[in-house]
Amino acid sequence: MTLMENRSAAIPAPREITTKPRRSDQIFRAVVTLGGMSSLVILGLIALFLSIKGFNVLKVEQLSFITESKWEVLQDGEGKIAESTFGLAAMLIGTFLSAFIAVIVGVPIAVLSALYLTFYARGSVKKFLVSLIDLMAAFPSLLFGFWGFIVLMGSAEYWAKLLNKYLGFIPLFDVPAPIFERSPFIAGIVLAIMIIPIVTAISREIFDQTPLDRIQAAYALGASKLSMIRAVVIPYGRGGVVGGAMLGLGRAMGETVAVYTVLNVVYQINWQVLFGAGGNVASLILLKFGEAGPEEVDALMAAGLVLFLLTLVVNAISDILINTFGKKGR
Amino acid sequence: MQSTIPTPQTPWATSIQQRLNTAGLIMLGAVLAGVAVKTTGLSGKLGFATSFFFIASLLIFIQQLRLRDLQAAKDSLLSSFASLAIVLTLIPILSIVGTVVVKGYKGIHFGMFANDMTMASVNDPVTAGGLLHALVGTIIMVGVALMISFPIGLLTALYLTEIRGKLARPIKFLVQAMSGVPSIVAGLFILSILVIPVTQELTGLMGSLALSILMIPTIARTAEEMLLLIPNELREAGVALGATQWRTVSGVVVPAAKSGLVTAVILGIARIIGETAPILLVSGGADALNFNPASGPMGSLPFYIWKAFLTGGTEEAYARAWGGMLILLIFIVVLFSLARYLSGRKVA
Amino acid sequence: MTPTENSSNENNMEKKMQATTPSSLASVANNREQRVPGTNLLGTGLETRGVHAWFGKKHVLSDVSLDFAAGTVTALIGPSGCGKSTYLRTLNRMHEFIPTAALAGEVLLDGQDIYAPGTDVTKIRLKVGMVFQKPNPFPSMTIGENVLSGLKLAQLKKSNTDELLESCLVRAGLWSEVKDRLGEHGGALSGGQQQRLCIARSLAVEPQVLLMDEPCSALDPGSTFRIEETISELAKSMTIVIVTHNMQQAARVSDYTAFFLSDGGPGVMVETAPTSKIFSSPTDKRTEDYVTGRFG
Repeated sequence: MTLMENRSAAIPAPREITTKPRRSDQIFRAVVTLGGMSSLVILGLIALFLSIKGFNVLKVEQLSFITESKWEVLQDGEGKIAESTFGLAAMLIGTFLSAFIAVIVGVPIAVLSALYLTFYARGSVKKFLVSLIDLMAAFPSLLFGFWGFIVLMGSAEYWAKLLNKYLGFIPLFDVPAPIFERSPFIAGIVLAIMIIPIVTAISREIFDQTPLDRIQAAYALGASKLSMIRAVVIPYGRGGVVGGAMLGLGRAMGETVAVYTVLNVVYQINWQVLFGAGGNVASLILLKFGEAGPEEVDALMAAGLVLFLLTLVVNAISDILINTFGKKGR
Repeated sequence: MQSTIPTPQTPWATSIQQRLNTAGLIMLGAVLAGVAVKTTGLSGKLGFATSFFFIASLLIFIQQLRLRDLQAAKDSLLSSFASLAIVLTLIPILSIVGTVVVKGYKGIHFGMFANDMTMASVNDPVTAGGLLHALVGTIIMVGVALMISFPIGLLTALYLTEIRGKLARPIKFLVQAMSGVPSIVAGLFILSILVIPVTQELTGLMGSLALSILMIPTIARTAEEMLLLIPNELREAGVALGATQWRTVSGVVVPAAKSGLVTAVILGIARIIGETAPILLVSGGADALNFNPASGPMGSLPFYIWKAFLTGGTEEAYARAWGGMLILLIFIVVLFSLARYLSGRKVA
Repeated sequence: MTPTENSSNENNMEKKMQATTPSSLASVANNREQRVPGTNLLGTGLETRGVHAWFGKKHVLSDVSLDFAAGTVTALIGPSGCGKSTYLRTLNRMHEFIPTAALAGEVLLDGQDIYAPGTDVTKIRLKVGMVFQKPNPFPSMTIGENVLSGLKLAQLKKSNTDELLESCLVRAGLWSEVKDRLGEHGGALSGGQQQRLCIARSLAVEPQVLLMDEPCSALDPGSTFRIEETISELAKSMTIVIVTHNMQQAARVSDYTAFFLSDGGPGVMVETAPTSKIFSSPTDKRTEDYVTGRFG
């Protein structure tokens, strides 16, 4: 054939390659796929059953379950349940409040610690510090709660009194009565201490992955460490670090025993963080569970559903941020 | 041409002189802070610590400004704050570990591994009773949870690394979502699906099931990471020899990832061993030894600690609680170190 | 450029690129526009005396003494792994970033040892700039911001930043291609354009010396040619040291060439001479073997 004839023939379409897997592989794939679906199934079941159990309460309360701030089980003369109202708002506020305090206090410390570990620490000191902080991430929340109650409470009360003394004109730091023990403030601090290891670990991983060529380019232009970090590391790691912070937020929002031990859990709205009363949804569930009758248990299930969905959303945002900006980078 | 090789030097490293200068400034800062505390209204450790930090940072800032320029001075501020942050991160860790060791030491005794709490109350002296039931309970509950979680976690990881089907990305996302489920929600779930409608009994098995929900994502994620470390060349070698995917995975990939999978198990155990909230909800707690997870409430280390702490109120009770915490912490440190050691030795 | 100018340039380029034998390399070197060191020079050049380098216990560079006269272009050639890049990095104190690095000897800029205790290293790096092998503009900044990033990083205040921006891009040979899109992101350019952007960026802080570590090895011949033209222009106002694997490139752009070699031990500088001489009549046999292509 001549060159011209060759060229005029059309380019064929790619062939579809198929295989029929052997029986053992078919079984293997089926089993593995089923196993892999487990997380979908479990999460779905959680949502489903909490909804079913909480349905009765939700049907009655509807949106006021989230917006109203009253949790009451009234009994009539014979000890039977006469009337109940269930509204989570106070505890939702408490959840956000303590979690925000945790993030505001904890995240800056964690990010700066991560910068220290990546850009200032060297050699065996660095390895030791990293191991120690990773170990702390494995401590159970029970430990933080008890340590917070026994060891930290005294100092935290003192700080709260100071804040009240000098900044008490701001409504947030004012208190209706001088009870500074077991306040959302100290709960927030304990939660901050709990989330610092996780946020530090994630931020450190992200900072470690900053492309070396950009760092060198900055130094070659006469940058100081601060200028380099501002010009290269922060733009690169911003998204992932925010994702890490949201992970910390999610953890703080769902925390039960630590909050229960350190905070005086009473059902009331309390914006005054230095005053010793408050709670979050998780600790409310723990508090009420022991003595709850069947209807109240349903309400607690509904509360659990709300908490579940809330933490799901926060964690989802965190995942998206970390995966888009973090581990793979730009 | 030189005939001898000169000694290697590092002229850029901070010289002794520079280090002494900085140390001198820091000590001056401490002294000035002490003066400030004495003379002004600042008081206590907090007052001293804050003024020390501010004064020392300011001194270093000024020194850099005089020696070099504004950019270097600002740089020193970052260095000061980063150092402060790491110190603030370390203080709680050291305080927690120190407290547990010091207070926990008083709460343990050799006999504690042989007794349970049926004959003693939390307020009795620490030498009465023991935590055998708690230890046994934790071991059994963790063991059962492991038997459920390991297969599921491994299968999930295998789906993500070996089969990589169309659902891989949503499943990976869901696994990470599952790891964020609050522990109390896991307890409520088991309550709603099994305890209330079916068994109406608080047992160790229920506790294991709730703990599995927390354990599966940890095992799945770690196992996935470890499986991804196995180079593809190994899989290709298996397939090129005519093996099915099943045989390649079971005969080549999984054995190669053995130590990684053990690491995943260890991390999974460490994750749940201290969990309290779900246990309180669905396992209750017992003072007696109970070897049967399927019947009757079962004790556990977290419950032992919880009960001693919250229902006690006396020195003895607190000591008992700290003792239990010390045992728990020892477990966690051992597990963690084991995991580190294993993952350090992994794939060549 | 008119079409005819364009094609005659391309013909020249092809001729130069194809030169391979030492004698033709020498003639390329000779035929290069003879450069007279300019009058508006900055500084008196760079000099190294007895520089050794180590990574941990490994001795990687031995006793290199070289003089870089102001306003000249010096090429460092030699097979890979003989310490050329390590040597280059000792000249702007980038060597010390590797944790186990150590060195001995002196590097004198305008007669002052840049490793003397108390030297402000960021100031040194402003005077001795570097262009890397792989173009590395800052992706989070626009083209304009990239060029001026050196000023921001070193916190230098300049009043006429627009003028500076334009002149740097003109000198780097990039102005006409990007003048209408200074607000776009640095990553949108081709490899050759990115490298020229990096060159413009290093010019903004007005260095006396520019170090180039195989700047064209990741680029296509067209971009390489344009950058080589840029180097010739830049040499009129600064000293340039360029590491290159490509002997033809050395012949095309440099006034002097230094040949590095390692026999498995630390790298040494075997011979340095005016470029045409090193290719036509090298003194050392090892140099002759290398430039005639017997190894490397």
